[in-house]
Amino acid sequence: MLNNIYNIFFIPEIFLACSSFVCLLFGLFLKKNAFRQTSNLAVFVLLLTILLVYYDSESNFANYKSLFSHSSFINFFKILALFGSIASIIISKDYFLGIKLKNFEIPVLFLFSTLGMMLMIASHNLMSMYLAIELQSLSLYVAAAIKRDSISSAESGVKYFILGALSSGILLYGFSLIYGFTGSMNFDDISFYLSKYDNLNLGLIFGLVFVMVGLAFKVSAVPFHMWTPDVYEGAPNSITGFFAIVPKIAAVALIYRFCIVPFENFYLEWSQIILFLSIASMFLGAVAAIAQSNIKRLLAYSSIGHIGYILIALVAANDDGIKAASIYMFSYMIMNVAIFAILLSLKVKNEYLINISDLKGLSKSNPIVSLSISIIMLSMAGIPPFIGFFGKFYVFIAAIEQELYVLSILGVLASVISAFYYLRIIKIMYFDESKSEGIINFQISFQSKIILSLSLFVIICFIFYPSLLINISASLTI
Amino acid sequence: MIDWPLVSVIIFLPLIGALIILFIKEDELTSINIKWAALLATLGTFILSLILWLQFDYSNPSYQYEEKFRWFDDFNFFYHVGVDGISLFMILLSTFLTPLCILASWNNIKKRVKEYMLSFLFLETVMIGMFASIDILLFYIFFEAVLIPMYLIIGIWGGNRRIYASFKFFLYTLLGSVLMLIAIIVMYRNTSSMSIEFLQGNYFSYNTQLFLWLAFFASFAVKIPMWPFHTWLPDAHVEAPTAGSVILAGVLLKMGGYGFIRFSLGMLPEATEFFIPLIMTLSIVAIVYTSLVALAQTDIKKLIAYSSVAHMGIVTIGIFLVNQQGLEGAMIQMISHGLVSAALFLCVGVIYDRMHTREIEFYGGLVQRMPLYATVFMIFMLGSVGLPGTSGFIGEFLVIVGAFKFSSYVVIGAAFGIILSAVYMLYLYKRIIFGTITNNKLADILDINTREKIILIPLAISVILLGIFPNLFLDPMRLSLELIITNYEIANAK
Repeated sequence: MLNNIYNIFFIPEIFLACSSFVCLLFGLFLKKNAFRQTSNLAVFVLLLTILLVYYDSESNFANYKSLFSHSSFINFFKILALFGSIASIIISKDYFLGIKLKNFEIPVLFLFSTLGMMLMIASHNLMSMYLAIELQSLSLYVAAAIKRDSISSAESGVKYFILGALSSGILLYGFSLIYGFTGSMNFDDISFYLSKYDNLNLGLIFGLVFVMVGLAFKVSAVPFHMWTPDVYEGAPNSITGFFAIVPKIAAVALIYRFCIVPFENFYLEWSQIILFLSIASMFLGAVAAIAQSNIKRLLAYSSIGHIGYILIALVAANDDGIKAASIYMFSYMIMNVAIFAILLSLKVKNEYLINISDLKGLSKSNPIVSLSISIIMLSMAGIPPFIGFFGKFYVFIAAIEQELYVLSILGVLASVISAFYYLRIIKIMYFDESKSEGIINFQISFQSKIILSLSLFVIICFIFYPSLLINISASLTI
Repeated sequence: MIDWPLVSVIIFLPLIGALIILFIKEDELTSINIKWAALLATLGTFILSLILWLQFDYSNPSYQYEEKFRWFDDFNFFYHVGVDGISLFMILLSTFLTPLCILASWNNIKKRVKEYMLSFLFLETVMIGMFASIDILLFYIFFEAVLIPMYLIIGIWGGNRRIYASFKFFLYTLLGSVLMLIAIIVMYRNTSSMSIEFLQGNYFSYNTQLFLWLAFFASFAVKIPMWPFHTWLPDAHVEAPTAGSVILAGVLLKMGGYGFIRFSLGMLPEATEFFIPLIMTLSIVAIVYTSLVALAQTDIKKLIAYSSVAHMGIVTIGIFLVNQQGLEGAMIQMISHGLVSAALFLCVGVIYDRMHTREIEFYGGLVQRMPLYATVFMIFMLGSVGLPGTSGFIGEFLVIVGAFKFSSYVVIGAAFGIILSAVYMLYLYKRIIFGTITNNKLADILDINTREKIILIPLAISVILLGIFPNLFLDPMRLSLELIITNYEIANAK
């Protein structure tokens, strides 16, 4: 019960919302170094929010309980998203200063978007879900277009906005159908209403499909992935890093909760859609990445492929599936943080690295960096003993527990195809002879170095003590 | 008995060596330190692994020196390692060949010595770990981790088509092993156990066994390799540096045979019974076909690579005869092939280092200039042919004896292959070694030096030792093999 009105400030989301405004004002009144100071403050705020989430600070404030739910699964994903956003703010600081993009609004946008994601993860009501999605998307639209004088950045922002708005429209239409046919917005009420029926009626099926399409757009599952490569390519690298690391976490948590909480009894209806999305994402992600020469597009397709694997765990829809998804998402975040920490510090002829072929000769000039990239690539390809393997391993355990043999065999086949392009990066760094050495410059700030070393440590050493993460993820309830 | 974790020390000693090397800064002067560090680490590993053999209890068919720790809290996965009669010699083979590889690369690896030695030490750790693991997941992790260093070794220090060869090697073997991963998970789901020891019973329904068997087959048939999954092997062998080919032929191919014995025979006996005709057919085709292909090769390394496929055909016949002679023969043939083909690749490396070509045409009359070389080459060549007194004879003889109990067609096929192997090896030897020197470039080629003697003479001794005292090797493995055969027969008698 609410004894003290001030307690509401200890609800993580409310704390984050208030602090974001404070950050905005803070940046506004700073004369110099506004960007750097605001970023530091934002990191600090996010750290405090993690503490609040960790210590489960929540109160029953007004209608809070009916709009947002609360569970260990939600907290895990919230913390994951918060860590991802801390990491991406830290690793992108120097990059923004390097390209002279010093708007202090950027970290604030990240904060608002993170707030949206936390609400997305927790939402327990169609209305709050929609508002949360919009909050995080609007911040991201602006972030994608933040480099106003660059045509590609503006293009990616507009493209993202138009497609995002379209998908939001579809999502909203789906919501309205579900609301219309069940008479409720709350997940529990919908679930209660649906429990009386054996089949979904036509309107609800349409509603479900529309919502699935909208959510598939948010997680960038094939065939609703088109925006991903273009937005990744056009946005400034550090924004791409944020896109790759954080929103996926929230969207995946949301699609899990939406499928499993209100529509739990209609597994057959939604699992077919997810099954298709999963297979298509894995294969398209694997095949389309092969031909890419731009590292950001490659990572975009790689993330599409990873989403395919996470959706396998959703099709499995059992406790193992939830566990697998949280382990996979954790490994996905760590690997992306590591690779973007490196990419945001690599300069070729004073330009930030874009073309994969520019990595040529890196193994001679920067052996440690190229070793790190190789480890990350092998981990993404799912080669043991790195963390990426365990992510995939748990996904397949969940799938086979549900007797999804064909899906798991397709999954491993796709992983072999995708191994090719990860190996290609290693090939370019190690096997190709380069004539021009020393043009690659690796400068990394102390803070990013800590982030990078920590994530590499996790990638390599996960195998020695897996139980830490696995025990946490095994105890998650949705 | 030994009360300290001997097996783990053997597994991780090379890795510790690798960590030390990681902190040596590489330049012109220190690269020699890196080499010495690598050599010492691998020699230490070899000496420790000899203790395994000396302290081995011949009367115990199951695992010895076991170590078991809980690894994953939520599943029954353990860090569980140990050695039995089957894995003992596989481990010894790995630890014996790796220092020789380091020595063989002493002078001819000039670029990126540090990465090279790191790859080899990591490779040794995962090879030993794979043979020593009693937990399937642990086995799988090591099995796949082998790909990483081998990919780098072929890709960085290989020949002209190294990139093609390294990708082919990696993707081909990865495709096989991911199917094994699915099979492993299915096994776990059915039995809630990951212990190789436990799963040696007959726990799966007939249909499940067939499915699992095919998945394991995909992985091991690529690895061993069986015809028609062998096409990665000639490419990988030809393009890999000498030491890479040595490890590839000496140890990595044995992973397939080892897997067949442990998984197909041990865990899936009924499915094995069903698929025996398939294996026999493929093996005989492999023996005859690849022997003929070997005959037509112009590149020495490629010839030896094809001969490997033929020899591994004998191994698969021996394994799937599932009788005492057949399995013992297959094991001896694997050890023998590990020594002989490794030595042959090293011999090719000797002349390649001097002349930088592997074309058979280029050579001729080497005996005039390199008498010592001609002698050791002869020992290995005869070992490969299977002359009595060398290791190859024991293996082939036992397999053929075992095959008589099964079918005389198999005997004919295997024997035909053995005759063909004599043809292509003697023909190769004649073209390279005998005759007069016709190529002027060979006029002042030097005989093998001390370093090369240190590499080749231990191998020659062990080839002859294995040929004369096979019981030295057969005794430790006998009971473990008997256990597998007994389990197999019980399962199929039902």
